[in-house]
Amino acid sequence: MIIDKIKKVSIQEETPKKNVRAADMLIGKWVKCDACKEILYKEDVRKNYSVCPNCGKHFRLSARRRIAQIIDEGTFNELNADMQTRDPLNFEGYLKKIESLHEKTKIKEAVTTGIGEINGEKVVIAVMDGNFMMGSMGSVVGEKITIAVEKAIEEKLPLIIFCVSGGARMQEGMISLMQMAKTSAAIAKLNDAGLLYISVLTDPTYGGVTASFAMLGDIVLAEPKAMIGFAGPRVIKQTIKMELPDGFQTSEFLLEHGFVDKIVERKDMKDMLHKLILMHK
Amino acid sequence: MSKTAWDKVTMARQLERPTALDYIDKIFDDFVELHGDRVFGDDKSIVGGIATLNGMNVTVIGEQKGKTTKENIERNFGMPNPEGYRKAVRLMKQAEKFKRPIITFIDTPGANPILGAEERGQGEAIGRSMMEMSKLKVPIIAIVIGEGASGGALAISVGDKIIMLENSVYYILSPEGFASILYKDSSRAEEAAENMKITADELKNMGIIDEIIEEPENGAQNDIDNVSKKIKKCIEDSIKELSKLDVEELLNKRYNKYRKII
Repeated sequence: MIIDKIKKVSIQEETPKKNVRAADMLIGKWVKCDACKEILYKEDVRKNYSVCPNCGKHFRLSARRRIAQIIDEGTFNELNADMQTRDPLNFEGYLKKIESLHEKTKIKEAVTTGIGEINGEKVVIAVMDGNFMMGSMGSVVGEKITIAVEKAIEEKLPLIIFCVSGGARMQEGMISLMQMAKTSAAIAKLNDAGLLYISVLTDPTYGGVTASFAMLGDIVLAEPKAMIGFAGPRVIKQTIKMELPDGFQTSEFLLEHGFVDKIVERKDMKDMLHKLILMHK
Repeated sequence: MSKTAWDKVTMARQLERPTALDYIDKIFDDFVELHGDRVFGDDKSIVGGIATLNGMNVTVIGEQKGKTTKENIERNFGMPNPEGYRKAVRLMKQAEKFKRPIITFIDTPGANPILGAEERGQGEAIGRSMMEMSKLKVPIIAIVIGEGASGGALAISVGDKIIMLENSVYYILSPEGFASILYKDSSRAEEAAENMKITADELKNMGIIDEIIEEPENGAQNDIDNVSKKIKKCIEDSIKELSKLDVEELLNKRYNKYRKII
């Protein structure tokens, strides 16, 4: 699949102009950019890192595609690929939903972790996938991230995490919330070991992931125009009963407010990561 | 009669329920409140300072709700802004410097979903607080006294002992929010509360908290002296137990406490 998230653009959308949520219409070999509405040839989009050649909109990527863009071909060794989702609340329909997502997405959980090389530099990498339960963090995501951090410490390697998440996974209740503490504590250990951690924020990164490892990188990078925050814009709007300023919670907004080090376009991401890794050798 | 999870949600949120400052007043011999995060401001929904407990100095931090509407507006209903977490971290690092144990009181409906809190990075503030707490070289005891909701509660409750009052609750988000998101019907909050595993008993069984402090039948407000005494005893015992560990053991134990939650 070329564009990962495919959804019809509804004409009743509240914000019809610049809808930053990825909503891409697939018409055979053509897709419509949900930002600039241009009809694009899929192959052009694919060759352009799944970025709109017309307006630069960064479409959402699956973990698999992301890894292919960042990690040198043939060097990726996945860790804990088969870890099973748990159901601590016995939440009705949860495991069934997970099962159907296994079929649909061909991945087992919302994060893929492993060891691979970036232009020959070995790293531990974790890549979240928004197609799987909105990239939400339940016990498996928390556990896989933690193991990845511990692996980086054990092998003295830099750690890269690509974030995309709706937040903590509600269906797992408090176990899910506790993953925020667990992953943050793991990052603290990595810091004590003097190892580099680069967090890359992609569209969208929210809730419990923002409020844990996503914001704790030595260096925090973001893709252009990604939506990043703790509370979602809808909740904030309901609370303050006011319109939110243009560009609220975009990467550019976070850069302006001092919470992102640098905005990096997807085509430059691999080389930027490589450069930063070399600066820490 | 045994109480349902929803009964406890209701009790945990009662306006008459003792707040952090009520307990601080009853438990400690002396308390000097300190203010400000040294970055932006002073958040009144988190109080903190230095207190003495039987002659020992401790650092105390608490999420503070109001008892009246006026007080609640002043305290922002116990919903911290980023400055609150940053003040907490500042005071906790101060505690580490002077080798004082840290005691936190948890009582919040959650983080503050407003524009300013986002502009000033509440996600970063919560994450950093947890990260810092995980490696502070002094004992940390967290006590959930009322409502422990979401990141706002977790932010100052990463510690060596997590204690809950019998009728307090600790959840990933309010049962109303949970019902609204997962059942698409916020009126099913009561049902959500029963399914979410948010009571002290359930969380102790799951290994998320360590101890439960009993309350009078109709809630802590009916005998605050007695509940305070029990909390005090629990704090004393915990400090005694944790003081026996050297720093490395303390930190390893704390790390593993969270590490094993899957």
